[in-house]
Amino acid sequence: MISIRHIVKQYAGHRALDDVSIEIEKGKVFGLLGPNGAGKTSLIRIINQITAPDSGEVLFNGQKMSQIHTERIGYLPEERGLYKKMEIGEQILYLAQLKGLTRLEARKRAKYWFEKLEITSWWNKKIEELSKGMQQKAQFVATVIHEPELLILDEPFTGFDPVNAEIIKNEILELNKKGATVIFSTHRMESVEELCDSIALLNLSKKILDGKVKTIRNTYRNGTYILEYDGGKINADGGAPFTVLSETATDEGQHLKLRINAGRKVNDVLQYMLPLVSIHRLEEVVPTMNEIFIQTVSKKN
Amino acid sequence: MSKILLIIQREYFSRVKKKSFLLITFLVPVLFIGMFALIGYLSVHQDVFSERKKVEVIDESGWFVNKLQNTTRLEYTFTKENDATAKANFIKAGYDYLLYIPASLKNVQLIAENKPSTGVTQSIETALSAIAQSNRLAEAHIDSAVLASAQKSISVEGLQITENGIKNAHVYASYGVGLACAFLIYMSLFLYGAQVMRGVIEEKVSRIIEVIISSVKPFQLMLGKIIGVGLVGLTQFVLWIVLSITLSTVAGGLMKNNVKARTEQMSQLQHQTAPTDAGAVVAAKPDNVMGNVMEEIESIPVVYVVSCFLFYFLFGYLLYSALFAAVGSAVDSETETQQFMIPVTLPLIFTFVLSQSVIVNNPDSSLSVWLSIIPFTSPIAMMIRIPFGGVPGWQLALSMLLMILGFLFTTWVAGRIYRVGILMYGKKASYKELAKWFFYKE
Repeated sequence: MISIRHIVKQYAGHRALDDVSIEIEKGKVFGLLGPNGAGKTSLIRIINQITAPDSGEVLFNGQKMSQIHTERIGYLPEERGLYKKMEIGEQILYLAQLKGLTRLEARKRAKYWFEKLEITSWWNKKIEELSKGMQQKAQFVATVIHEPELLILDEPFTGFDPVNAEIIKNEILELNKKGATVIFSTHRMESVEELCDSIALLNLSKKILDGKVKTIRNTYRNGTYILEYDGGKINADGGAPFTVLSETATDEGQHLKLRINAGRKVNDVLQYMLPLVSIHRLEEVVPTMNEIFIQTVSKKN
Repeated sequence: MSKILLIIQREYFSRVKKKSFLLITFLVPVLFIGMFALIGYLSVHQDVFSERKKVEVIDESGWFVNKLQNTTRLEYTFTKENDATAKANFIKAGYDYLLYIPASLKNVQLIAENKPSTGVTQSIETALSAIAQSNRLAEAHIDSAVLASAQKSISVEGLQITENGIKNAHVYASYGVGLACAFLIYMSLFLYGAQVMRGVIEEKVSRIIEVIISSVKPFQLMLGKIIGVGLVGLTQFVLWIVLSITLSTVAGGLMKNNVKARTEQMSQLQHQTAPTDAGAVVAAKPDNVMGNVMEEIESIPVVYVVSCFLFYFLFGYLLYSALFAAVGSAVDSETETQQFMIPVTLPLIFTFVLSQSVIVNNPDSSLSVWLSIIPFTSPIAMMIRIPFGGVPGWQLALSMLLMILGFLFTTWVAGRIYRVGILMYGKKASYKELAKWFFYKE
């Protein structure tokens, strides 16, 4: 759906994006990750055609991105903003019309969304009269009202309480199910694993990692397992197929974190342990995106 | 294109729908006319608010006894008391001033409990000088009839040769209308330019800018805003012009009837009393002045002046508001605008100050001509010249053409700064930075 090819963006004195190429598949949720200042916002602005790259290009469904595509994109910037002195309803109609909807159509859809998010009573309120969370909801409506094929959400959950964050998350997933591609920029990793199919990790203006979330996590598996069992401490000698990383005694029994030695399998561990203890649980420790993020970023730094 | 229309619509209606817009539109002409009426009233009836002062006079020269006429403001009483006792007692005696005239006429003193006001001092000075002068002339055996004819002042009538022959040039009306137009243009450029600037800052501060320019080009937004606010200004001016013309026609009509009625009354009065009654002649005079003012105003070619005014207002506004928009885009709050405002407003202030003296007194001098052709100064300078008439067609055409080119130029420059500026937060921009923004690629 979106092909980002060799994008370079130079600002006075520093390079915000250095030869970044990313492929975003249609109908997927794509996570654009990276620490602050990595270049996420610069890239998002380029995709939105708010700024233009110094070199490189962005393709939208194979076509070179141009002004006609802006109507098919919905953008929720990290720095939220609406006209403070304008009534919400009027404001959303205005933004929707700027995205190419007729006034009639905009009114119909705005009604639908206001009912869905239970904010109908705010229609005539001015933004400055609303709480921050309420403003966010209104802004979300403004982002999705024209049913964009591509949703670009920069830190969509900040400013929401957990209940409303959940509502918004479900709305995003529903839109995705209906066919919208979502680019989701964040540095909060919990939401990434839950929502994203693929990610790209930016750090210091460069792309340092990208791919499917599952694939990435698999490549970062290193044979670490958690084993819980009843029984005393075991003395794993040289014959054991694993190395003990840590060992704690809890009320439920022994808690063992281990790494399987090279060339051995999980089954070998079970075979070794079965005669000795009674096993409650054996689980692979797959690194979280958060760990991968920190690990990759600090390694490159 | 339809998006620019949307933006214009929003900018226009969000301002016109405000209560303050309606209030200003209808109150300003009323206030203006009220103010002028008040000034006129006060200058005619100055004495209403100052009570009559009592002046005790010690005249040692004997020249002035019974010759100092009481006026509406001053009432003279002559006393025979000697200098010292009078000085000691005059306040107790209920007098406001003590006028002491020594025999030599040198060192005349006006004594009061507080400092004597300059107005009173001056009118006493004038009265004394006049009497002293005629006394001296009489002593020199000059006939007072000869004197009166010698002292008659001469009034010069400004005339203008046109195709239809020689007519009254109505210089004073041109003067007044020119200054008024220049002032209105000056004010409105600041007023509406600042509105554009504030609008840009508002969008930047509230961060809605990013949402909007993900839908439209920054240039479209800037242009939409400028045109929208400009239409607001135009609406306001058209309403003002219509209102003032209506009001002044009504007022003028009333005044004329009034003048007619009063002159008739006067002539009747004159017939009734002695035809040489000086009082009636003097009383009739102000009405003639009033009639002259109305005639002067009517001599201005209204359509020509109004259409030139609207043109220069519109393009002056377009030219300057683009710069104001660029300034707004470079800052994070209104307080930071100062450093960029000076170069933008300097040509305006410069021309305005010049217009009040140099240009209005010499509307055809080469300085006036140049200032009325250069786009940054022409809206004010040309509007001073227009009411005088006689601006050659080529000068007006050149000035207007340059105005349009100047507008295109500033809008282009401002647009390049604007598109970068609106996305820059928290950084204090310098002129160097603005130059860099200007040269950024798309």
